[in-house]
Amino acid sequence: MIPSIVQPSNSLLPLSVRDLTVAWYRKPVIWDVGLDVSPGQLVGVIGPNGAGKSTFLKAIMDLVPRASGRIEIFGQSYKRSRHRVGYVPQRESVDWDFPVSVLDVVTMGLYGKIGWCMPVRRKHREAAQQALERVGIGEFAHRQISQLSGGQQQRTFLARALVQDADLYLMDEPFAAVDAATEKAIVQILREMKQAGKTAIVIHHDLHTVPEYFDSVVLLNMRVVASGPTDVVFTRENLEKTYGGRLTLLDEATEAMRRRERTL
Amino acid sequence: MSALSNWSWDYDGWIVLAGILCAVAASLPGNFLLLRRMSLLGDAISHAILPGLAVAFLVTGSRSSLPMFLGAVVVGLLTAVFTEWIRNFGEVDEGASMGVVFTTLFALGLVMIVQAADHVDLDPGCVLYGSLETTTFDMVDVAGTEIPRVVLVLAAVTVINLVVVVLFFKELKLSAFDPALATTCGISARLMHYLLMIIVAVTAVASFESVGNILVVAMFVVPPATAYLLTERLRSMIIVSALIAAVSATLGHVSALVVPSWFGYRSTSTSGMMALCAGILFFAVSLFAPQQGVLIRILRRQRLSLRILSEDLIALLYRMDERKSGVVASIGQLRATLLSGGFMSSLLMKQHSRKGHVIATENGYQLTNSGRRLGAELVRSHRLWEQYLVSEGGVAVDRIHGQAEQLEHFTGRELRDRLQQETSAPVLDPHGSPIPPE
Repeated sequence: MIPSIVQPSNSLLPLSVRDLTVAWYRKPVIWDVGLDVSPGQLVGVIGPNGAGKSTFLKAIMDLVPRASGRIEIFGQSYKRSRHRVGYVPQRESVDWDFPVSVLDVVTMGLYGKIGWCMPVRRKHREAAQQALERVGIGEFAHRQISQLSGGQQQRTFLARALVQDADLYLMDEPFAAVDAATEKAIVQILREMKQAGKTAIVIHHDLHTVPEYFDSVVLLNMRVVASGPTDVVFTRENLEKTYGGRLTLLDEATEAMRRRERTL
Repeated sequence: MSALSNWSWDYDGWIVLAGILCAVAASLPGNFLLLRRMSLLGDAISHAILPGLAVAFLVTGSRSSLPMFLGAVVVGLLTAVFTEWIRNFGEVDEGASMGVVFTTLFALGLVMIVQAADHVDLDPGCVLYGSLETTTFDMVDVAGTEIPRVVLVLAAVTVINLVVVVLFFKELKLSAFDPALATTCGISARLMHYLLMIIVAVTAVASFESVGNILVVAMFVVPPATAYLLTERLRSMIIVSALIAAVSATLGHVSALVVPSWFGYRSTSTSGMMALCAGILFFAVSLFAPQQGVLIRILRRQRLSLRILSEDLIALLYRMDERKSGVVASIGQLRATLLSGGFMSSLLMKQHSRKGHVIATENGYQLTNSGRRLGAELVRSHRLWEQYLVSEGGVAVDRIHGQAEQLEHFTGRELRDRLQQETSAPVLDPHGSPIPPE
């Protein structure tokens, strides 16, 4: 799936990334990433800490500025296909003491559809309640979110993604620190999504479960080390390449550039 | 109450109304500042508007002009912009960059005002502490009724803030809770940030001459912080914060008149008392709040430790009874093992005796059948946990007692049955003591 030849853009592809580079203060976080994802796939993004996995997802959604690169979602720019993209951020990225109920948080997934200044109506709350039932925490709908366990918080986020009814989902570590029952529930939902023709790109840490959960994988460590069907790409050799060496020389070069800038 | 005998609705009524409007107007956006953990941005903006006020004042020579208002709002917004720039380019945290921006702008404003003080009627003290007391000195005629100009301005700002908060409730909520999701939903978190900054700046400018630009900070922060302790929903938090703001303002003026007279002084600054009352309310709520209050938490902890001690007493008596059936144990013996206080132990044993768990004899206490059942449950929980920790958790036998001692108090019938299943129904615990049947 690494694009050796740049094909004419295929409007059916949920995600197509070319030459994506994101840098903080000149220091590249991800570098020259290229990727094509076909529809109806569960894609795992694997890589060590600091490999730029979250940044990669955020760059797709224009949440971080990119230094270069082109991104197409269903053949269009992110801005135009925004309504077809659902995002599940890391659980720690929000304040769980915020004064809102579980149902409120799920309803937030519909805010884009409801539109500016329009109130949340009963049908929206009903849709949110249904999504909560689907992930198995319907009875907690009216609790304050601080009263949830970690697994229940993650399910809340998943329910919020479900009400978004997107075609492409970007999920940042949905399996991080959840109980076994929640993990099973998430996998179940992911498979249902896939059956409905949706695509999910999921950052994942547990290498043992990769072959079981994902159709294809992207091995990421600043650049794409390898990507493709799990049974072909998810090999010991590729994993060693991914987890073994960061591009240390590149790091050193950018560090030298930074030093030069300071002394000038 | 002699201090209130001079109360005049034409004078004090307007002051209270001005105070209430100012406090409510500030508390509305204050909720979002608090939840976004940027309460101090309200502080920064209300200080930084000073040069804006000063420039506009020097140019127009009047306090009421629209240009002055706009100038201050623009500088207030610049504070938010500069803060973000310095954080990004200077690679320092938000607190530090805010500190740099607002002190610099404030100092600039102070210098300009002191320079201008010779020519114009705007003194630094008034800017800092406000002068609610002079509310009625500047009246405007509205449809035949004389209304203080300050009240008119503050009412307008309150309405603006109310409209913004109601109209953009959903958008403000989402961008405060999860800015990334907001942006991906097409609700730009940055746009909402600046919308919030605009109403904060407008509020700060409108309030500076009534409560002053330091005390308005109290109204941005304290009522929302108090409401946060009392509520679990954003909507109720906002409503409660507005109520608390109004109460602080009213109490503030009344106590500014009354409290000093207790000590033989004349009345004191209303705006100061408003902030003080808000602070006292916060302190009272943090002590007495029904869910998160300090007192209720202490009480809950006390009750839990009493329950645990009470259960420990019965479990100990059960263990002694295991070794020698029908044993009679004195409070002293029980205390010596549990290292517990004498007063509490005897109180709890008397309670057990009332409930029929033990019989009090001359030499001490003896278990009844119902007490034996209670003790058996606890000891069963304890020993099942020990078994579980060893067989499933691989914990060393000499380290399990302490953990089991805690867990036993939180283990009900259902959990015991599952423990029994997981440990394949043992008869003896790892120490070789029998596990009582259910």
